[in-house]
Amino acid sequence: MDMPPPNPAILARKAELVASLNRVLPDAAVISDPAETRAYECDALTAYKCPPLAVVLPGSTQEVAAALRICHEMGVPVVPRGAGTSLAGGALPSADSVILGVARLTEVLETDYENRFIRVQSGRTNLSVTGAVEAEGFFYAPDPSSQLACAIAGNIAMNSGGAHCLKYGVTTNNLMGVTMVLMDGTVVELGGAHLDAAGYDLLGLICGSEGQLGVVTEATLRILHKPEGARPVLIGFDSNEVAGHCVSDIIKAGVLPVAIEFMDRPCIRACEAFAGAGYPDCEALLIVEVEGSDAEIDEQLETIIEIARAHDPVELRQSTSPEESARIWLGRKSAFGAMGQINDYMCLDGTIPVSQLPHVLKRIGEMSGEFGLDVANVFHAGDGNMHPLILFDANKPGDLERCEAFGAAILKLCVEVGGCLTGEHGVGIEKRDLMIDQYAPEDLEIQMAVKDVFDPGWLLNPAKVFPLQSSAAHRDAAA
Amino acid sequence: MKTMEPESEAELATILAGADAPFRVQGGGTRPIGGAWDGAALATRGLNGITLYEPGALTMVARAGTPLAEIEATLAAEGQRLAFEPMDHRGVLGTTGEPTIGGVFAANVSGPRRIQAGAARDFLLGVRFVDGRGQVISNGGRVMKNVTGYDLVKLMAGSFGTLGVLTELSFKVLPGAKSAGTVEIAGLDDASAIAALSRALASPCEVSGAAHLPAGRDGTARTLIRLEGSQASVAYRAGLLQEALARFGEVGFDHDGDAVAGLWRDLRDLKPFHGREGDVWRLSVKPSDAPGIVAALPGAEAIYDWGGGLVWLLVPRGTAPATVRAPLAAAGGHATRIRGESGEGTFHPLPAPVAALQEGLRRKFDPRGLLNPGLMDSPAQMASD
Repeated sequence: MDMPPPNPAILARKAELVASLNRVLPDAAVISDPAETRAYECDALTAYKCPPLAVVLPGSTQEVAAALRICHEMGVPVVPRGAGTSLAGGALPSADSVILGVARLTEVLETDYENRFIRVQSGRTNLSVTGAVEAEGFFYAPDPSSQLACAIAGNIAMNSGGAHCLKYGVTTNNLMGVTMVLMDGTVVELGGAHLDAAGYDLLGLICGSEGQLGVVTEATLRILHKPEGARPVLIGFDSNEVAGHCVSDIIKAGVLPVAIEFMDRPCIRACEAFAGAGYPDCEALLIVEVEGSDAEIDEQLETIIEIARAHDPVELRQSTSPEESARIWLGRKSAFGAMGQINDYMCLDGTIPVSQLPHVLKRIGEMSGEFGLDVANVFHAGDGNMHPLILFDANKPGDLERCEAFGAAILKLCVEVGGCLTGEHGVGIEKRDLMIDQYAPEDLEIQMAVKDVFDPGWLLNPAKVFPLQSSAAHRDAAA
Repeated sequence: MKTMEPESEAELATILAGADAPFRVQGGGTRPIGGAWDGAALATRGLNGITLYEPGALTMVARAGTPLAEIEATLAAEGQRLAFEPMDHRGVLGTTGEPTIGGVFAANVSGPRRIQAGAARDFLLGVRFVDGRGQVISNGGRVMKNVTGYDLVKLMAGSFGTLGVLTELSFKVLPGAKSAGTVEIAGLDDASAIAALSRALASPCEVSGAAHLPAGRDGTARTLIRLEGSQASVAYRAGLLQEALARFGEVGFDHDGDAVAGLWRDLRDLKPFHGREGDVWRLSVKPSDAPGIVAALPGAEAIYDWGGGLVWLLVPRGTAPATVRAPLAAAGGHATRIRGESGEGTFHPLPAPVAALQEGLRRKFDPRGLLNPGLMDSPAQMASD
């Protein structure tokens, strides 16, 4: 994985840069001691590390603008950082960059239950947005599994999803407005408390732009009233293919579950060994959850169970209480921890058309043999968002490279069957060089032309998303 | 002037690559928002047909010129639908022709269910289009979750053909409802009506339509809330709402399928404004601001949708854009003229930095200014030209 070499002229001006930043930010908001900047050397993709030149932690939109203006004037690259939970290396610094962290921007600015929105500073964590409104019975719908730690800024940058997006959508479907600072320090307001913004859908454009178009400092988010209740059913099958057909039949029957989770045998076994959730030892498990009043839940689960029965399940367990629901979810929710206990793992998130599930799972199984690495699959089946977890040993020479090659082969397969490289984690550096497998050169060119408009100097997170070879002309023109 | 009707994406690309004069881009030509402007018509009617439909994956792919009616009929045969409920503009604009799926997405046309399900842009998964340089561009795909690269899909939705000519769209569809019912309160003033709708929308009742028809020429104001689902579920939630809204007045409930469908279709298509003299405006505002904004415009007749967040206004012909927009200055939100004088003032002026970004994007996508020049320009942009 290549990164452009650091610009020696910028490295040489470190003292001047830090002094300038110190003039516009409080002392504690500028970090330049190498012992401290190391804390920012990577995000949750820990395979790649590089301490930044400096770190700034502004406390307001104005401070963000002031810091960006200085970096803009000095031509210093800026890597925006939410909570650092990116699995794609979205917040990986370069040696000549300034990390702009939003960790101090955590305030709730406005809650409006009548008009059903909350306005927060972007460093606030996903879960604490719900925390701010749940006393009134409301919640913020997107629920990435890192929601305890991840920041709204990062959710917007990566257009984060979650287990419940089959019904509620992902970040872009729940974002009403932002305050964003452009690289030159210009503050722009997009959208607000109304449902659609004027002009082009710039809100939709910046959502998922991986911190390359601007730094979001405030966000207006749609909040919803919680459903009366939710309950899952657990269905076990003897084949992935049958489980795939069952998913398709549930959807075709007109039931819209809030989540359909799928686990394959290696994942079921690992979770069972780790959490002891009482899962059956079978080829594929579905957890299907529906919402509503008790009677509404019963009615929907009845339809789902009837469909499942037609597919000869080896296990069918309907929850009738919160305790039973928790037990059904226990294994699934500990999947990542369970895999982590076995070995190091890499988690991918390629998305495929639901109809291709059996074929893709079969091919992944075959490739596992070819690459000599175990893989477990757990994913959001309703929307085809796969999560293959490839197990490897980071201390074993060559294992990481083999794992990355296996991962790349899986993602290429996803694209081949009509899917995409990443459903919710983002491209970052992890999938950057695979972009040419999904997009033709002109498709990438026009995306880079968008960056040219927002950040003509290519200073914001410049080495991400686009293969370096593809972006070279843009980066050089800007320099 | 002759209308160009390319029959393939390649033919369209050739036309645009070799063009030296501007075009008016259209689908079925039923939504000429912004009125008449210069250039030959370039229609996507010839790019026709559903290319993929997987009911079990809730996805459809269709060429831009495919008639909306064909798409809706194909979906209905599988018990599915376009959940964002695109409005039909023909009645209110007095146009004829066949609305196309490309037109629906190019104008980001959504109906009452937008309040629950999302807008057209929320359902659009992938686009193919030809930009102003004649380049064929693909973005997004046919899967429901996709963060691979920038989301030009959203950018194209609602850009009214000014960034490129859509050739193929893939979009998410949803199961239709097994039944529907309308909860109704009669005789409320606008402010109380919006308060009642807010109360319903802030409940767990999964309201899929929230509209208010003020007491107009024909008598009584109607505040309307739609519920969809199984019959038992709709009846149960109607009961919850009847209880929660009791303080607003007597709460009725109608679950006659045809009547409910007809009522919401008429609302979606602005039936009360059909055949009426005057300009029509579309306001997007914070719901609780809506009654005050309408009250500040004497002589305006309003239809409230999306719980008050969408206001349709019928105002005297030739009413100045500045007059309609004045009450929005303090409140926020924006106003678009849907029917009236063509030209300047149709789209809401943008703050200077946003207008600059929009203009910058337009120059990248259509450097020669071939696509709908003048449309979606904002005064801030014009000042900078």
